[in-house]
Amino acid sequence: MKRMTWFNVTSLTLGFAFLYLPMIILVIYSFNASKLVTVWAGFSTRWYGELLQNEAFLNAAWVTIKVAVISSSIATVLGTMAAYVLVRGGRFMGRTLFSGMIYAPLVMPEVITGLSLLLLFIGIGLDRGVLTIVLAHTTFSMCYVSVVVSSRLVSFDRSLEEAALDLGSSPWEAFRLVTLPIIAPAVISGWLLAFTLSLDDLVIASFTAGPSATTLPIKIFSAVRLGVSPEINALSTIMIAIVTVGVITASLVSKRSSLRAQEETRAAERPTT
Amino acid sequence: MSPTVFAPWNNPDEKPLIRFKNVTKKFGEFVAIDDLSLDIYAQEFFALLGPSGCGKTTMMRMLAGFENPTSGRIELAGQDIAPVPPNKRAVNMMFQSYALFPHLSIWDNIAFGLRRDKMSKDAIEARVAEMLKLTRLEKFARRKPHQISGGQRQRVALARSLAKAPKLLLLDEPLGALDKKLRQDTQFELMDIQESTGTTFVIVTHDQEEAMTVASRVAVMDEGRVIQVATPAEIYEAPNSVYVADFIGDVNIIKASTKAIGQDQYHLNWIEGQPPLTATSALPFSEGQQAHLAIRPEKIKISTDRPEDAPNALQGKVLDIAYLGNLSTYHVELPGGQVIKAQTANTRRIARRDITWEDPVWISWSATAGVLLAQ
Repeated sequence: MKRMTWFNVTSLTLGFAFLYLPMIILVIYSFNASKLVTVWAGFSTRWYGELLQNEAFLNAAWVTIKVAVISSSIATVLGTMAAYVLVRGGRFMGRTLFSGMIYAPLVMPEVITGLSLLLLFIGIGLDRGVLTIVLAHTTFSMCYVSVVVSSRLVSFDRSLEEAALDLGSSPWEAFRLVTLPIIAPAVISGWLLAFTLSLDDLVIASFTAGPSATTLPIKIFSAVRLGVSPEINALSTIMIAIVTVGVITASLVSKRSSLRAQEETRAAERPTT
Repeated sequence: MSPTVFAPWNNPDEKPLIRFKNVTKKFGEFVAIDDLSLDIYAQEFFALLGPSGCGKTTMMRMLAGFENPTSGRIELAGQDIAPVPPNKRAVNMMFQSYALFPHLSIWDNIAFGLRRDKMSKDAIEARVAEMLKLTRLEKFARRKPHQISGGQRQRVALARSLAKAPKLLLLDEPLGALDKKLRQDTQFELMDIQESTGTTFVIVTHDQEEAMTVASRVAVMDEGRVIQVATPAEIYEAPNSVYVADFIGDVNIIKASTKAIGQDQYHLNWIEGQPPLTATSALPFSEGQQAHLAIRPEKIKISTDRPEDAPNALQGKVLDIAYLGNLSTYHVELPGGQVIKAQTANTRRIARRDITWEDPVWISWSATAGVLLAQ
């Protein structure tokens, strides 16, 4: 192991401090006993307790989780299907156009996505609520899923599917028994990505949410406009924890599967007894 | 014909298992298979041999059902197979990459096809056990494909494709990933398994030695066409064209114009100012026709003195000697600049050193040693 130079240590510290200091302060202050956010008055889990009493926050949290689970599940199914067709569909008319178009929402400003969805929902007379947020979140997180899944499918050995067909599976069985288990890690990390994206989306949700359903980020945002309360700190800390767990799981799953894939190809390249 | 010899292709009453009838396959503008007709008989070990891009893999994929012919007809046991999807064909394939399912154990890989047939659990277990025994893989049943060696994986792929007892087994470069020693052992294993199961094997290979070793008949292909279909011995000793002669093994080609001198006997004028060569040919050649005489290096004798009563003897100079251990190949330059390869077996351990570089030597061969080819 090479020794770290002073320069490296300093830049590392500065960089990470820049990234994480605000969050660390937030987490610390969520355990503050004082009602004043900026004055430390000793350790307490009081605000977590109060949070559990706050009906409005709990409702918003429930809506958020419901929306995240449903929308990321739909997005995973649709995104996987889209990826499969784009990678496997062969050369059909406008394939390049389609694969370009599926990535467009990734770079589209959220305000525009939100606004256009709002116009659509009003146009077709759909009342804004959980359903509209789910639809909106599915729309944008589907692209992320399809990016993750199609990058796995590109390196997928097609002859595995042909072998399954050759051994008597229908095309659906071949997908279910061979393709899906092998690309499962990519599908799972796609789901987790969609889930975390949905969980912390504020802009699109605020366009598509109605009075009957408010998500947590909207709730926090509107609460903060009335002043930061220690309760918000506690709530944010919980969200940080959830997102962290989600991201770490996703990266572990994909890392483990890529390690295994490496092991398999390495073994395949060594044709000896 | 004696009944012990397996040669259904010589029996006009025999019905072929596979029949290609004027099959053409195009990929866009590219013609992969060009108006090809071919019969393959039950229990044959049939080899499709040719350089890469000659269409042999396309033929195999059409048999498996992954491609359909652009025109023409492919029959399996008298039935047109074009409308039958791959999962409904009594044909199994062993893939070049083996295509083992990485998430399943060896046991489950072999059982995969049987499960699709809705076989009973006991029947599946019995069949998988049989296949594991046949391919000597009993010890590895619970391992995953990445936990076994390349040779073992090759046997798993074979066991998996044989498990359903297909009418026809397709092998796409089955031994390509193995090293030379293992490949030779496996070739004999494949032949044993083919014989004991009685399955018809069609093997695709670009390795001519492999095709010659395993196959009952070989089809030599080039640019989507079959150039010659024959037993390995016929392909080697009686090629029908310069392409086949050159593709299989080593050969010397001498261009000459023919002159009939008697029953199936020809004089070949190959260069100005040299006596003509003598060759026999069952196929007729007209007076003055341009022909190619193909002679294998091992059929040419090399000596320091002029051989007596040899119908063809030429003097030349040793240009190069390739010592291969069991054989030595001499490159002899003839007057006029053509280089002829002559091969001798090194039957004695202490080699005769009487021929060396730059030596003037005589090469000679009999009238029947070479094959006279029109093209």
